[in-house]
Amino acid sequence: MANGNAERSIQNKPAIALSNPMSKTLQLKLDYDQLTNCMRCGFCLPACPTFKETGLEQESPRGRIALMKAVADGIMDPDQAFQDQMNHCLGCRACEPACPADVKYGQLIEQARDAIEDHDVHSVPVKGLRKVFFDGVFPHRGRLKWLGRSLSIYQKSGLRKLVRGSGMMQLFPAYMREMEQILPDATAKGVVEQLGTVYPAKGETIARVALFRGCIMDVLFSETNVNTVKLLSEAGFEVVIPTEQVCCGALHAHSGEMERAKDLARTNVQVFKDAEIDYIVSNAGGCGALLVEYDHLLHEDSEYRELAEWFASQVIDVSMLLFEHGRIPAFAERNACANEPVMVTYQDSCHLRNVMKSSNAPRQLMKQVANVNFVEMKEADRCCGSAGIYNVTQPEMAGQILEHKMEHANRTGASYLLTSNPGCLLQMKLGALKHGVSGQMEVKHVVDFLYERISEIK
Amino acid sequence: MLDRVLTRKLRQIVGEENFRDDKEALVAHSYDGTPMLQSLPDGVIYPKDTYQVAEIMKNLAFYSVPVVSRGSGSNLCGGTVPVHGGVVMVMHRMNQILEVDLENLTATVQPGIITAEFITHIESLGLFYPPDPSSMRISTIGGNIAECSGGLRGLKYGTTKDYVIGLEAVLASGEIIRTGGKLMKDVAGYDLTKLLVGSEGTLAIITEATLKLVPPPKSKKTMLAMYKDLYGAARTVSRIIEAKIIPATLEFMDNPTIRVVDDFAKLGLPRDMEAILLIEQDGDLEAVERDIERIREICEAESADRVEVAESREHAEKLLTARRSAFTALARLRPTTILEDATVPRSKIADMVLRINEIARKYNVSIATFGHAGDGNLHPTATTDARDHDEVHRVEQAFEEIFEAAIELGGTITGEHGVGLVKAPFLEWKIGKTGIEVMRGIKQAFDPHNLLNPGKMFAKETRKRVVITRG
Repeated sequence: MANGNAERSIQNKPAIALSNPMSKTLQLKLDYDQLTNCMRCGFCLPACPTFKETGLEQESPRGRIALMKAVADGIMDPDQAFQDQMNHCLGCRACEPACPADVKYGQLIEQARDAIEDHDVHSVPVKGLRKVFFDGVFPHRGRLKWLGRSLSIYQKSGLRKLVRGSGMMQLFPAYMREMEQILPDATAKGVVEQLGTVYPAKGETIARVALFRGCIMDVLFSETNVNTVKLLSEAGFEVVIPTEQVCCGALHAHSGEMERAKDLARTNVQVFKDAEIDYIVSNAGGCGALLVEYDHLLHEDSEYRELAEWFASQVIDVSMLLFEHGRIPAFAERNACANEPVMVTYQDSCHLRNVMKSSNAPRQLMKQVANVNFVEMKEADRCCGSAGIYNVTQPEMAGQILEHKMEHANRTGASYLLTSNPGCLLQMKLGALKHGVSGQMEVKHVVDFLYERISEIK
Repeated sequence: MLDRVLTRKLRQIVGEENFRDDKEALVAHSYDGTPMLQSLPDGVIYPKDTYQVAEIMKNLAFYSVPVVSRGSGSNLCGGTVPVHGGVVMVMHRMNQILEVDLENLTATVQPGIITAEFITHIESLGLFYPPDPSSMRISTIGGNIAECSGGLRGLKYGTTKDYVIGLEAVLASGEIIRTGGKLMKDVAGYDLTKLLVGSEGTLAIITEATLKLVPPPKSKKTMLAMYKDLYGAARTVSRIIEAKIIPATLEFMDNPTIRVVDDFAKLGLPRDMEAILLIEQDGDLEAVERDIERIREICEAESADRVEVAESREHAEKLLTARRSAFTALARLRPTTILEDATVPRSKIADMVLRINEIARKYNVSIATFGHAGDGNLHPTATTDARDHDEVHRVEQAFEEIFEAAIELGGTITGEHGVGLVKAPFLEWKIGKTGIEVMRGIKQAFDPHNLLNPGKMFAKETRKRVVITRG
């Protein structure tokens, strides 16, 4: 082994019998071109939240790609540590804009998780829960509404008071207790039930757009959906809400349930094609990022490929649509004292920023509100630790990231912390509750903040 | 596999979680920024102070286990690939700025601090640390010292070696030495500080560094000049220096690079240009304006096709985009990107670029060249695919011939990336047999049992020199 020769080759390559069936699945599912494209320059390291927290190479995108490649090359078995490491990634994709070689890291991590999921890795209770939510709830509009109604009854009937008072919540893990506290009031009345399926533009119509209402958005944040439609209308857009649309499939794709995600995508592309619209608007970065990549998700599906490409090209973030194509209404903060503007800061939704490439538009819109001072938070472009269901599956790392996030948030002295995605919204609310200076900071979706500040509704 | 007693001792020194020998950690420390090199270590250790480093070395020496010390592993010469196995020592936990001395204008830091974070801190104090390798957002000061990193400001401000004035380091035996100090003059014996800078982890493990700081320039101006004639660009570089102007930045891109950058960044660059020079001057406003005007005259006299001086900060940023996009644009062309750093006297830049293009044609490989024209430090960059063994072989042949050409023109095989593993077979071409013997003697004095980063710098055999036939 002791040679100083510059042969560029893999040395010390141990022969691992690929006895582990998961190795084979990973070799099959991982895109070897993408693995090769990583030239290991390390430029992704400073962008990665888990590397920042731990300082460990294996907790970085370069490290994780090296691990995937080692499995694909037969240097390493996909042992428990490997599986844990793949799940430790937030999937925020901040590494992608930092990558000179344009490695599709997001696709690689999903391929790895998909392969791991094929091998029955969960304990019985987790398996049961995943089945209930991924197959039983998210894809089904009716059941979501039922869930919303149940949650609403729980929250409003006095049951919540009873449960909280009884100390029963102590039986649940800490992060579930915390989440229970910050969950907004759910409703079975989604945006369609409140506004109907078509909402006209105020003034001359600039374009006809379809709202992607989302599943969690429409149950827990239906008011944001309603405000999105009304704000778009004020800005000159006619809004349609196709009722046959289903869950985007993002949570499935990020958790290795790839086939399920593809099924949902096929339904959506057909539904929106039939709606005859100019844009498909998303107000949730997490959903939007998958919608905008439906072309990749269905690229092997000869029947749907073209339709998916059309769909992906139509998807746009609500702030970007407003800022770049809309008649932006005048916004004003009414609660500001004469010489003291209200301070507002913003937490990027990672997928909105890194995948949908919308980071400037929301900031520009906030800056247009009269009597408001926009203050940039340090590391606003860094993940808050929510990351889909990451805060549920990896509570420890998520908590650590959130604590650092809130240090930066508190330092801005802002009265409002705005964001653009339901997951981030919940996480930031949790952050304000746990680490915030009490009562000082209100957490809101950008759309709600803006809509409530339209100076004069025409 | 490491001895069990040894691993127990190592864990005792740094704590359970700061020594790892699981497969995940080994794989993640088996490579660096150099393409197509991988070799697994036997363990990974994260010390937190000099004392721990010394204790670790005593134990490793007792068991004759090699050690590769590293920062972020972003070097491009295979310098931190553990080709002989052993222990990889990651310095990330030793990342404190220990002191900024405003009276002496020095900073004392631990090696694991990220270069850009250090620079940001120094600039917030109204001071300036000029070495700016392109990897500065990820590289560490310790890594910069080990490789003697350069950067864009090298021409006017020098490189890492010009700013390191004192070091603390741990020898292979575990003994600690201190060299230099907060001293601008110090001739007490051999200059061990400068010897350790650029020693690539083969002589000692750097645990603390005292760095010289300078006052920052007050203003800066940026301009771009484009040439249809490569020699016109090259003569411009020489004429600027002849006019006794040392620009802060004097960067170069050749035609293949211009085309790739334009495809990528859609800047509307003229694709028939043979060269673009990006020039910046900094200093007092009046002097800067005078220099830029003079440089503009020189560019025009040397028949530049187009000269553009930035009118604002935004405009300057736009001009900088082309050069800044070069690496990214090239990296996206093909899966594997090999970036070298052959360097020639600046008067030979045009000859060197033409030779590189000739060699690329001869071996039928794509090589684009950009780099630091002011100091003759070029980055011929080959884009290829690691899986195409035939092509990779031709790329290697081409680079051998490029190294040969650089030496023939009075240059060197590496200007700022280091020798490491990749250039070791060519070192003798540059420094000769006697040079190698002297260097081996130095290595012997510091590390008699060859435990520090073995396999680097000195090759088992020197590559046979290729015979160059001129076409």
